[in-house]
Amino acid sequence: MARRQAIKNHELEKRILRHRVIVSGILVLAALSMVLIRLFYLQVVDHQHYTTLSTSNRVRLEAISPPRGMIFDRNNQILAENRPNYILEITPASVDDMDETLDLLGEVITITELDRRRFRRALRRRSQFEPVPLRFNLNDAEVARFAIERHHFPGVDIEARLGRSYPEEGRMAHVVGYVSRINQKELQRVDKTDYKATTHIGKIGIERFYEDLLHGTVGFQQVEVNAQGRRLRVLEYQPPISGKDLILGLDAGLQAVAEEALEGNTGSIVAIDPQTGDVLAMVSVPHFNPNLFVNGITSKEYSRLRDDTERPLFNRSLTGQYPPGSTLKPIMGLAGIHNQVTWAGKTMYAGPYYMLKNDERKYRDWKKEGHGIVDLDKAITQSCDVYFYDLAYKLGIDRIHAFMIQFGLGDRMGIDSTGEATGLMPSREWKRRVRGMPWFPGETLIAGIGQGYMLTTPLQLASATATIATRGERVKPRLVKAIRDSHTGEETQLDPVRLDPVVVDNPLYWDQVIRPMVHVMSRQNGTAWWYAGRNAPYSIAGKTGTAQVFGIAQDEEYDAEKLKRKLRDHALFVGYAPVKDPKIAVAVIVEHGGSGGATASPIARKVMDYYLLERLGLEPEKDKKRGAS
Amino acid sequence: MKDTDQSSFYLARDLVRFLKLDISLFLLLVVLAGVGLGVIWSAGGESRALLTSQGVRLGVATLTLLIVAQIPPVVLRRWAPWIFAVGVSLLLAVLFAGEMGKGAQRWLDLGFIRFQPSEMMKLAVPMMVAWYFADKSLPPRIVDLLVAGMIVLIPMFMIAKQPDLGTALLVGSAGIFAIFFAGISWRIIILLGVTGVALAPVLWHFMHDYQRQRVLTLLNPESDPLGSGYHIIQSKIAIGSGGVYGKGWLNGTQSQLDFLPERSTDFIFAVFGEEFGLLGAFMLLLLYTAIIFRGLFIAVYAQDTFSRLLAGSLSLTFFVYLFVNTGMVIGLLPVVGVPLPLVSYGGTSMVTLMAAFGMLMSIHSHRRLLEH
Repeated sequence: MARRQAIKNHELEKRILRHRVIVSGILVLAALSMVLIRLFYLQVVDHQHYTTLSTSNRVRLEAISPPRGMIFDRNNQILAENRPNYILEITPASVDDMDETLDLLGEVITITELDRRRFRRALRRRSQFEPVPLRFNLNDAEVARFAIERHHFPGVDIEARLGRSYPEEGRMAHVVGYVSRINQKELQRVDKTDYKATTHIGKIGIERFYEDLLHGTVGFQQVEVNAQGRRLRVLEYQPPISGKDLILGLDAGLQAVAEEALEGNTGSIVAIDPQTGDVLAMVSVPHFNPNLFVNGITSKEYSRLRDDTERPLFNRSLTGQYPPGSTLKPIMGLAGIHNQVTWAGKTMYAGPYYMLKNDERKYRDWKKEGHGIVDLDKAITQSCDVYFYDLAYKLGIDRIHAFMIQFGLGDRMGIDSTGEATGLMPSREWKRRVRGMPWFPGETLIAGIGQGYMLTTPLQLASATATIATRGERVKPRLVKAIRDSHTGEETQLDPVRLDPVVVDNPLYWDQVIRPMVHVMSRQNGTAWWYAGRNAPYSIAGKTGTAQVFGIAQDEEYDAEKLKRKLRDHALFVGYAPVKDPKIAVAVIVEHGGSGGATASPIARKVMDYYLLERLGLEPEKDKKRGAS
Repeated sequence: MKDTDQSSFYLARDLVRFLKLDISLFLLLVVLAGVGLGVIWSAGGESRALLTSQGVRLGVATLTLLIVAQIPPVVLRRWAPWIFAVGVSLLLAVLFAGEMGKGAQRWLDLGFIRFQPSEMMKLAVPMMVAWYFADKSLPPRIVDLLVAGMIVLIPMFMIAKQPDLGTALLVGSAGIFAIFFAGISWRIIILLGVTGVALAPVLWHFMHDYQRQRVLTLLNPESDPLGSGYHIIQSKIAIGSGGVYGKGWLNGTQSQLDFLPERSTDFIFAVFGEEFGLLGAFMLLLLYTAIIFRGLFIAVYAQDTFSRLLAGSLSLTFFVYLFVNTGMVIGLLPVVGVPLPLVSYGGTSMVTLMAAFGMLMSIHSHRRLLEH
């Protein structure tokens, strides 16, 4: 030990150590300076960059969907509203064992196999940090039960969203339409920013037509979130502007009465206020429950609706096209007078049928024995076909077409909804263009009684009837009559849109077709007297009609009773009341209803009664002549 | 009045002397531990449980410091080979019967306590090297260097095999620093350095996949922003967004809103940088530097070879902790599991560190006065 110690040079050792401590001290300072320089770069040079990153980490800009405007009837009854819809959502990133969580959740609220499958599908498409809906439409009991158990389920939340709801269900389906989940194509059409938080969009009807007004303007909020994406607080808030409320001219009570009157049939009723063009009722049965579409209809339910032979999805009032049949005769008569082909008091003999020169075909009257001596009044009152064959032949299709289109027949009326059909008012030109064939004189004859190529929608019939009621004044039929700001309650009344009037040489000509229309209702030989006209406490002008569903071969008798219902004629009626001061014009179509007088006219009477007596409180007229005569 | 002031000063001085403490080092450590508790409070989301548990650990570690400070360097030197032998045996035991924790085999369950023998080697290896050189003529001969090299490399490889790269690195550097202070010639250092660089590809070959991934991530963290790059990216965002003055204590959004992973443990420096900014980080580094320099100062004034080598090695090892941790957090070095000394949440390393400071104090306070 002592020997070794002797070799040890303490002074040298100390010197070496001191030297090395200085070296390491310098290295320490150098290394820590590197750290400082790096910190300087991060915290001073690139500070702005990292601040931006930090902010985008924690701050999320969220769009807030505006509450959709509500839809009311003329008496402020709600037709479309927004109800809180409780949705159970799961944020996958916050859940450890998804299967276990779903099983445990199933003990608290009902989760069907379908829910699970839908959820799994959605899960694959979305990011880990985005909540995925599991169940829609939770009821209050389920919400309460979950609230108690909530702490057992991290990452599971209940979100209340406003969902569209149609309290009248099917009754207003064809008027209001519905909203449904927005699709890719619709996203292309709309302003993407404005629809950032919007999940639903109007698909048909008013919901579609007034989408811009109903939607409103999107709001935004900046929220602070943590790494799990949970919202901590709102930093900035720009509220959404809710959509405008729409007030319809429609009367929900009248709609209900009208629908009830159609009970058991398929068909359509359109009632219009002739002065303003307000649609008072627009019924199409059968219908469907629009609420089904709001949160995604199942394919089973959808195919059931689609494949139903009675076609509940089909809006007969706007899209249905029917031959107008005899309901067209007053206008045809007016065309005859205007063109001086006929006049009041001009008579002719009407046999069981009408024949053209050089044509073997017999154009039959509905009355087998014929009407005998008829003038225009009697021809309309009793709906004499032969008279109108003759009249139409004398007018010719060109003059018929020219006169008819003034009433808006054969073209869209431009109502504020979707799916409106044009109908068809045939002409020589049309037949050449579309069918590539010349016009045959026989076709003019059947056009004279509203058959053949001629097609009209129930809306067109109601509107044309309103035009008769106002003696040529025309307004565009409309559903929405006022727009209301849901915040201020301020209401903007929309002005009725005047259209080009129907002008005849002498205004008295109108009386020459209106008077027989009154006779239809008020005279015992009128086609609707027994069924609708008698005992009416106000004066009605009307016209019955029967539209052939298919042509009847020559000399073939046909018995409506024996035919299958599908092949029976459509029953039609148009009319308005009161005659002196028209308040309502109605068109009724009962598909396969058989006779217009027996089936369609009493329905129109019920509609008129309710509207005029109960709604408007009309005093029964003193005139004794009407009804009893 | 003045008398009582004076007397209390003398009382305190006597107490420090009696407790064998180095008062300046001790005060620096107290300040650092206090800062550490403050950051833990913020990083842990103001969790009382976390703070208490860290406080208890600090207490245990300080107690360890006090106890170790009482042991004279001569005794430490005498114990060194035994501690080393026990440590290596325990490492062997871990390799064959260790517990798996987070995918690595580090823990030894002794029934009453779960114990990480590699932690003990941070002290045992420099002690053993210092012991070996204590009675050798210095600068060391080649043979002695080879022996010392074995003393360092064998436990280091055993720890790296667990695998625990961070501890292996710390244990290795502790031993190497002891050899460095023993006076290994610069020529050999440069030769070893060059060889090391040349062998880097070989080292790469022996690395685990996750270790390689960490190196790749360092070079380009954005290549995998949600995977292994996430830590580095979020930590850089935290520090960078702190700016010069920081967002303020408890106001760091990166840390308070959970964006920063491992924020109470390995990445706590990012919390500090975010909340206290460049200025705060500079002060903290200054505090650390003061501690390191005080340690080196103790080494210079140590009275025998063993104490000198041990004190120098422990001081520089403390620096390695600091540099590897901060370097990792700011994206200078790959992600290696090394805590920020005395600040990061966690127990074992704190006890080891305080034991090391206990040794430094013992070395300083047991000097024979005649030297002065």
